[in-house]
Order: sequence, then C-alpha cells, then structure tokens
Amino acid sequence: MSTTVDTLHHEEHHDHKPSGITRWLFTTNHKDIGTLYLWFSFLMFLIGGSMAMVIRAELFQPGLQLVEPHFFNQMTTVHGLVMIFGAVMPAFTGLANWLVPMMIGAPDMALPRMNNWSFWILPFAFIILLSSLFMEGGGPAMGWTFYAPLSTTYSNDSTALFVFSVHIMGISSIMGAINVIVTIMNLRAPGMTYMKMPMFVWTWFITAFLLIAVMPVLAGAVTMVLTDKYFGTSFFDASGGGDPVMFQHIFWFFGHPEVYIMILPSFGIISAIIPTFTRKKLFGYSSMVYATASIAILSFLVWAHHMFTTGMPVVAELFFMYCTMLIAVPTGVKIFNWVATMWRGAMSFETPMLFALAFVILFTIGGFSGLMLAITPVDFQYHDTYFVVAHFHYVLVTGAIFSVMAAVYYWLPKWTGHMYDETLAKFHFWASVISVNVLFFPMHFVGLAGMPRRIPDYSVQFADINQIVSIGGFAFGLSQLIFLWVVIKCARGGEKAAAKPWEGAEGLEWTIPSPAPYHTFEKPPKIEG
Amino acid sequence: MAQQSNNRKIIFRLLLGVAGMFAFGFALVPLYNAFCDATGFNGRTKNEAVAYTASHVDKSRTVTVQFLTHNAKGMPWQFKPDIKEVHVHPGEVKLVTFYAANPTARRMVAQAVPSIAPAEASLYLNKIECFCFNQQPLAANTDAEMPVQFYLDPEIPEHITTLTLSYTLYDMTADANATTVAQTTTSE
Amino acid sequence: MKLKRMLALPALAVMPAVADDTVRLNLREGVTEISQRVYDLHMTIFYICCVIGVIVFGTMFWSMFRHRKSKGRTPAKFHESIRVEVLWTIIPFLILAGMAYPATTTLIHMENTDDADVTVQVTASQWKWHYKYFDHDVEYYSLLATPDQQIHNKLPKGENYLLEVDRPLVVPTGKKIRFLITSDDVIHSWWVPDFAVKKDANPGFINEAWTIVDKPGIYRGQCAELCGNNHGFMPVVVIAKEPAEYEKWITNMEVKQRKAREREQELLSMEMSKDELMKMGEKVYNGICAACHQPNGQGVQGVFPALAGSPVTTGKDSITKHIDTVVHGVKGTAMQAFGTQLSMQELAAVITYERNAWGNDTGDLVQAADVNKVMNP
Repeated sequence: MSTTVDTLHHEEHHDHKPSGITRWLFTTNHKDIGTLYLWFSFLMFLIGGSMAMVIRAELFQPGLQLVEPHFFNQMTTVHGLVMIFGAVMPAFTGLANWLVPMMIGAPDMALPRMNNWSFWILPFAFIILLSSLFMEGGGPAMGWTFYAPLSTTYSNDSTALFVFSVHIMGISSIMGAINVIVTIMNLRAPGMTYMKMPMFVWTWFITAFLLIAVMPVLAGAVTMVLTDKYFGTSFFDASGGGDPVMFQHIFWFFGHPEVYIMILPSFGIISAIIPTFTRKKLFGYSSMVYATASIAILSFLVWAHHMFTTGMPVVAELFFMYCTMLIAVPTGVKIFNWVATMWRGAMSFETPMLFALAFVILFTIGGFSGLMLAITPVDFQYHDTYFVVAHFHYVLVTGAIFSVMAAVYYWLPKWTGHMYDETLAKFHFWASVISVNVLFFPMHFVGLAGMPRRIPDYSVQFADINQIVSIGGFAFGLSQLIFLWVVIKCARGGEKAAAKPWEGAEGLEWTIPSPAPYHTFEKPPKIEG
Repeated sequence: MAQQSNNRKIIFRLLLGVAGMFAFGFALVPLYNAFCDATGFNGRTKNEAVAYTASHVDKSRTVTVQFLTHNAKGMPWQFKPDIKEVHVHPGEVKLVTFYAANPTARRMVAQAVPSIAPAEASLYLNKIECFCFNQQPLAANTDAEMPVQFYLDPEIPEHITTLTLSYTLYDMTADANATTVAQTTTSE
Repeated sequence: MKLKRMLALPALAVMPAVADDTVRLNLREGVTEISQRVYDLHMTIFYICCVIGVIVFGTMFWSMFRHRKSKGRTPAKFHESIRVEVLWTIIPFLILAGMAYPATTTLIHMENTDDADVTVQVTASQWKWHYKYFDHDVEYYSLLATPDQQIHNKLPKGENYLLEVDRPLVVPTGKKIRFLITSDDVIHSWWVPDFAVKKDANPGFINEAWTIVDKPGIYRGQCAELCGNNHGFMPVVVIAKEPAEYEKWITNMEVKQRKAREREQELLSMEMSKDELMKMGEKVYNGICAACHQPNGQGVQGVFPALAGSPVTTGKDSITKHIDTVVHGVKGTAMQAFGTQLSMQELAAVITYERNAWGNDTGDLVQAADVNKVMNP
C-alpha cells in the first residue's frame, strides 16, 4: 500500500473534482465512494424488493398462480442474498465512508485506492449472482443459508456462480473493514481519544472487527460447498465421513455475528440522532460502548440457537439458550439509555428523529420476539415458521433499514448542501411505518398458527392474513419510491443548508460547510475538552 | 513516513487475522469431529475397531439394542438386519449380522454409515468388528452376510435402556472406481 | 321478531369465528402434556415482554408528549448515572433467570426419550414421508393427497388443502411413541404443531423425538425445513386412535401388507392389457412423476429432463434402461429409486404410460414380470 493521505493531496488539486464517468471509476475520494456505495445499495434494495414483491404476489392467495415453486425458491434465496450483501451491508459501508473521516477529523480514508477497489468489485459480484437467474435451470434455490446437501449434491450449476459471487462480496467487505479499522486507529485528529469518538465510529470500529473475524469463515464455508459439489470432498456428506449438520455449525458461526454486523452500525446512527433532536447529551456513553462490545463478543457464542431442531444434546441446547438470553441484557441497556436520553429533553420531530423513534420501538419488538425464540422448548414450535420471518424482518427492515433511512435524512443536508423536502419526507415516513407493520406484524400470527417459511403455497386457513401481509408489502414497496424522489429532489436543489442544520447536533462533521467540500480536514481540527 | 509504516503494520496484522480466520473455518472440521468423538455430540460411533477392554459384565441390567437400516437415494441394494433387536448386558460381547444383496447387473461398492440414538449412547457402544469400517464391494447379483461385533461399556448411564444403531447405505461405486478398491474381509 | 333474527344470524356466524381466530392467531395448545407446557411457556414470556414493552414504550411516549421543544421545555443536563445503569443491567438479568428456570425443566423433560412403548421410523425424502413400525411388519409412504387441479386453481380448494395425505401415520393414544427420524436425501423437518414436536431429518444420521398423545384425533403438520422444489407440498398427518383400535388397525395392516406382497408374486405371471396399463400408469404418473416431469412430460428445462421424445422413453432398445432408471433412480439427481415405493404392477404401468403418452407412441408394453427381471435378476 503505497498510498497515503499525503501523496493523494499531491495528485489531486485542492477542491477540484474530476468530471465525467472517470471521476466515479477512478475516484479515491471517500465522499465519492460513499455516494457510490449508497446508490448501489439503493439499487440493490429495489432489486431485492421487487423479488419480495414477486414472493408476496404469489402468496396473495393460496394455490399456485404466478410462479412455479422452483422459481419461488430462487426468489426467496436471491432476495435474502441481495438484501443482506447488496443492500444493508453496502449501505453501512457507504455511511462509514462518508462519515467516519469527517467524524474523527481525518482528511480521507487511510487506504483510498483499496477503497475504490473494494467498491468496484461489488457490482461484478451481483452481476454474477443475478445473471445466474437467467441461466438454464435457474439460479440458486436453496435458501440464502444454502444448507448442505441441498446446496451440494442436490443443487444445479448455479451454485458455482453463487460461490464465486459470495467470495467477491466477502473480499469487498473485508477490504472495507480493514480500511475502517486503519482509518480509525491512525487518522484520528489529535485529541480525539477512543472514548471521545462518536458512537457511530465506535460501533463501526467493532463491526469491522466482526467482519474480519467472520467473513473469512463464510468464504471457507462456500469453498467447502464448492469442493463437495465439484471436487469429490465430503465435508458435509455422511457417505464420506462428513456431517451435513456441521455445515450449519460453520455457517452460523459466521451467520450470527453477521446479524450484528447488520445492526451495530444502526445503534451508532440512532445514538447520534436521538441526542440531536432531544437537545441533550447521549445518556451513558461509556456503557453504550461496553454494551456494543459485549454484544459483539456474545455473538460468537450463540450460533447454534439457529439449529435447535437439528438434534443436539440437551446440555448444548441449554448452553446456547442461556447465552442467547444473555444478549438481551446489553441490548436492553442500549434501549434504556436511548429512552433515558429522551427523558426530560426538549424533543422535536423532524424526519430523522421519526425514523429513529420508530427504530427504537420496532427494533424492540423484534428484540422481544428474539427473546421468545431464544427459549429452546418454545423455539421448537417457532423454528422455520413465519414467526421467525416476522422476527428478523423487524430487526432488519424496521431496524437496520430504518436506521439507514434515518441516517440519510439526517446527513443529507451535509452531503448535498440542501434541505430535503420535509413534508414529502414525513409522508415517506408515515407511509413506510404504517405499511411495514401491516406487512410484518401479521406474520407473527400466521407463524404461530403454523405456517412454515419458504413455501410457495399454503393451506386455506392462512389465506386472509397472507392477503393483508401482501397488501402491506406492496404499499411498503411503493413507499420507497417517495424516498427515491425526496433524495433526488434534495440532490438537485432546495433550501440551502447551514453548516449545522440541526439545532442540537454535535460532532466534527457539522463544523464544516454544507455541502461538505471535496476535501475536508486537510489540517486536523483541534478537539477541545 | 511514520503514518505509512504504521498503516502497514495494522494492515499486516489484519490480513493475518483474515488468513487465520479462513484457516479457522477449515479447522472447524477436525475440531467438530474431535468434539463429537469426545462428547457423542452427533451420535456417530468411532469408525475404528477397538479391543475388548471392559472390566466386567454388568449382569444386573439389560439394554435393548435396536438395529435399523436405510438406503440412501439411488442405492438399489437390499439391506436389512437379520435380527431386529438384541438384549445385552453392558460388557457382554455380541455378534449380529446384516444381510446385503446387490440385485443389479454390475459390481457395486457400498459404504455403511452408522448413527446412534440417543447420541449420548454413542460414547458407550464399542465395535470390535464392523462392516462399516470399510467399503463393501458386491459382485453383480450376489449377496453377503455382514457382521458387527460389539459390546456396551459397563459405564453406560442407567437411564439408557434402549439404544438404536442405524446404518445408512451409500453407493460408492463411482468413487471406488476412481481410486483403487480396498481389499475387505467380507468380500468372498 | 324478524329483525331480531336477522341481527342474531351474523352474531352466530361470528361466534365460532372468534373461537377459531384465537387458534389461527396464536400458538396451538395442542394435545400433549409437552405442547401444553410449551404453550404456557410461550404465553408467560409473551406477557413478560408485554409488561416490559408497556414500561419502556410508556416512558418513551410520556417524554415524547411532555418533553417537547414545542412546549418550551429546556433540556435537562444529566447524561449518566451509575446507579440506574447498574439497576437496569441487574433487573433484566433477574427476569431472564426467572424465564430460564421453567424453560430448562421443560427442555430436559422434552429430550428424555427413554422407555418408549411404540417406536416408529420416520424417513423423509423429496417430497414425502415414509413410516415404518419397528415392532410390526408395517411400512408405507405418505404423500400429499391434494389434487394438482386444486393447487393450480382449476378446482375449488378443500378444507384441508395441502394438509392431507393418502396414508396418514397412525399412533395409539396414551402411549409413549418414539420417533426415529432420518432422511434419504436432503434435510427435512418433521413437524406436528399439536404435539410440539419438530425434529430435523438429517441424511446419514438418526434423530429422536417422542410424544404421548392424550386425545384421539387427526393432527396435521408440514415439513419445516426447505428441501427443494416441493417443500411446501409434503404434509404430515397423524391419526391418534385408542389403543384397542390401534391394535386392530395395525394387525389388519400387517395382514393386508403381507397379502399384498403375496399377491404381487402371483401377479407376476399375469399380463395386463394396454388399456389397463395406460389407465393405471396415467394415475401413477400424475400422482408422483408429474411434480417434476410435468403432466405434459416436458419436464423443466435444465432441472428435470423431458420424457416426451427422450431417448430413454422412446429408444428402440431402451426398455431395460428405462425400467432400471425408474426402479433404481439416478444417483446424484432428484430422480429417486421408485422400486421400493411402487408395486411392480404400478411400475410396469407407469413405464408403459411414459413410452406411449405425449406422442411417444412406441407401442411398447411393459409387464410386471419385466420389472421383476430388473429388480430381482
């Protein structure tokens, strides 16, 4: 890595942006790359969302109407992969690119060329994955969790493309994580000690270590699937001495920390927004940091709660149940701290705050169902039903994705230099928050009543609730077009934004003008106190 | 510049971490197997012969051992236990046989994979001899009796009164053709 | 009077609907001691969550209404308090410990499979269940019974749409039944909500589960683990009968199955006419083969090969190969060995049908004796 911040400054003229497509192709600027990540993530959100629309349309009524089961399974599989690896994770990386340097007073990310690379390999990963849908025999249809042997002996050749594209996604995430860690460790402005860093920086710092710890394990898992399928190994094939359940252990050793990779940065965002609009400092900053770290550590000890029904000895089931329940403690601390921050503040309810409040409530509901799922004997009933689908969509959609939307509204004036259209944005919020609950809340009921997940057709007793769910789904999908419109409108013009458009905002990013100049903090700022 | 060498040091360590975790992913395979052997986690018996080492035969109790067979998908052999279940005292050596027949017109090679329920019992079932230790070839249209000689460790917990030994038979002809076929004791 | 009756009618219609709705919207209490304990545990945790929710959200909404800028509030200055933070770490911990206790005892009870009265082997494969009674010579496959026309909306859907099978599992009430669960191919999961039993069927491994059903009745469930194309179409149906009735049933079945085997041997010498073969073959084909190869024999491109015009179904000397494929399956593909699932007559019929339907018109007739030659050479 020969690139440093200083050589970069010699290459590019002060505040002079290259123009045209090459600006975006060759950019090493953290703001450009952040923008690229965010737009890419939104595109993936729409693609993954349209797959969800196909799923909901098929499930609108019992019977097979629109698609055949094989295509339905491809939709559920690729919807999951696109949303996790294409929408949520790149959105957070985009936010990290934009915000981490500005929040710690750094001129750019520490490794700008690697930054460019880690973004630009991502589109290829998804072109490979999505193109497999158009191949003969279709794309991957084994669920995003690709359990062996459904993904090995019993899958078609799209598995090879799937494995290759997951490898590329993994490399991209790992490079992004390395960049974040090096930036945070080396480029903090003088006086910016670790315990002065904004929560968003802290949560991303911890997330980056999680990424480095588990993305290679995912790479190992997909590699084993590939060699089992094509090169005669039998990691997961009982006939050769393997064990299909071992796949699930390896997968969820990655998979559970992955869940926290998708939620820890959200905690950081919410911890920035709530104090701003409460006009009061975040309650319990240091306990927030410790809670985040303990959630990250505990996340390595709970993976088998995804596999209680695989048949484990009772001692193992008890161990994983207790550890899982324990996660509720630090998560609870976070929620209580946010509520304490609001207590006796002076609140106002601009769109970022609305999304943040919705996050706190709806994420907590997802946390409650998570706690219920942790109880092993009851999990036997919940497992692989729509109750689980409801749970993780509450955590990921009204959790992760709502926090990203809150973040976009919150920092949009800084990025574009304009205020977004508050009326339209509020309309987007209310449309989203109502439809998302119509979409996901009734899923709890059909799940409890016994509807399994990943089925293209269901018995008639579930018909009316599925219809409600589908209507909520279509409404939520359409509502996101308002979001697109608000963002485009704001990028193109609007009321000029002040350097600090939010009265109660704190942090270095608000000390620079809006829109943020192409290069910021070339001379490190002074941190007081 | 100090900054640059500092960056390099961190990157190097992080990449080391990435490589280490990638290796760890693969290391989970032997770790899992060792863990299962030690705890009986997945109910598989040790796939190797053991010598008889029981200190005594516990005549005070009897454990029922049931035998099950399954054919994996695409396996055309007939495969069944000659006796459904036996009652043994812990520490007592038993010999049971399984019947296997290859009804096809070609020579085939099979591998039997054992599994025990409850999984905990797998720690106490010791096999002195088993057809599952090796791949079993059968010529076209022939059959064979396949023996299992075993004993239960007298340490087996009191609450286990019934245990089930299941074999799943897999067609390994393609794999066996690729490598040299191992000579086995039960082929005629 | 008339008015009264008109008002009463919808009320009557609503009454059972309400009772029904609680079943449709919540976990089922089920019919076993375990399922009842699981239900109670579920409700307890649910109520605890509700109470926590009311406190947390209540506090939040209180501040949202009272502590607003528009009401001219000035924000307070506090931003930490070790005392409350320790408090809200310890209190949740204690609540969790309280939840863990009943969960632990229930779990230990659930995992105790000792001393069973009846043992049933449950074997899953794409996409059906196979049941075998350990103590009796009785075994059979259990397949979805919902006709394809209902699934494709050509006929109205029945009451138990997708939750009905041709041959349900039959168990006695009041006895400890132990299930030994495994799979022939991918991972499946055997689930009956009313028993609170859900256990994965892992290929190459056996899993245990047990239940004691208190009440006679018909209980329905489904495969719970994604197992490929027809994952949504492999229901589980269990009938619980009083022990005496069960004994009658199982002895009956044992005799019936033995007779069927004997009859099959006799039938080997009999020839069936082409009409008979085609008629039976079409029924078998639509019931079993059409799920993958499609009713028109065209298959699904790249996934399931077409049978219309295929060299195996139409080739001049391909009869033996055709029989071998159907009887023994094709390793490493979704094509299963149907030799153990269908009678020789049915096999002969379906092969004849495949060689003569959809314009294949080979004119070949396959008899049970031909199938027998391949199966038992």
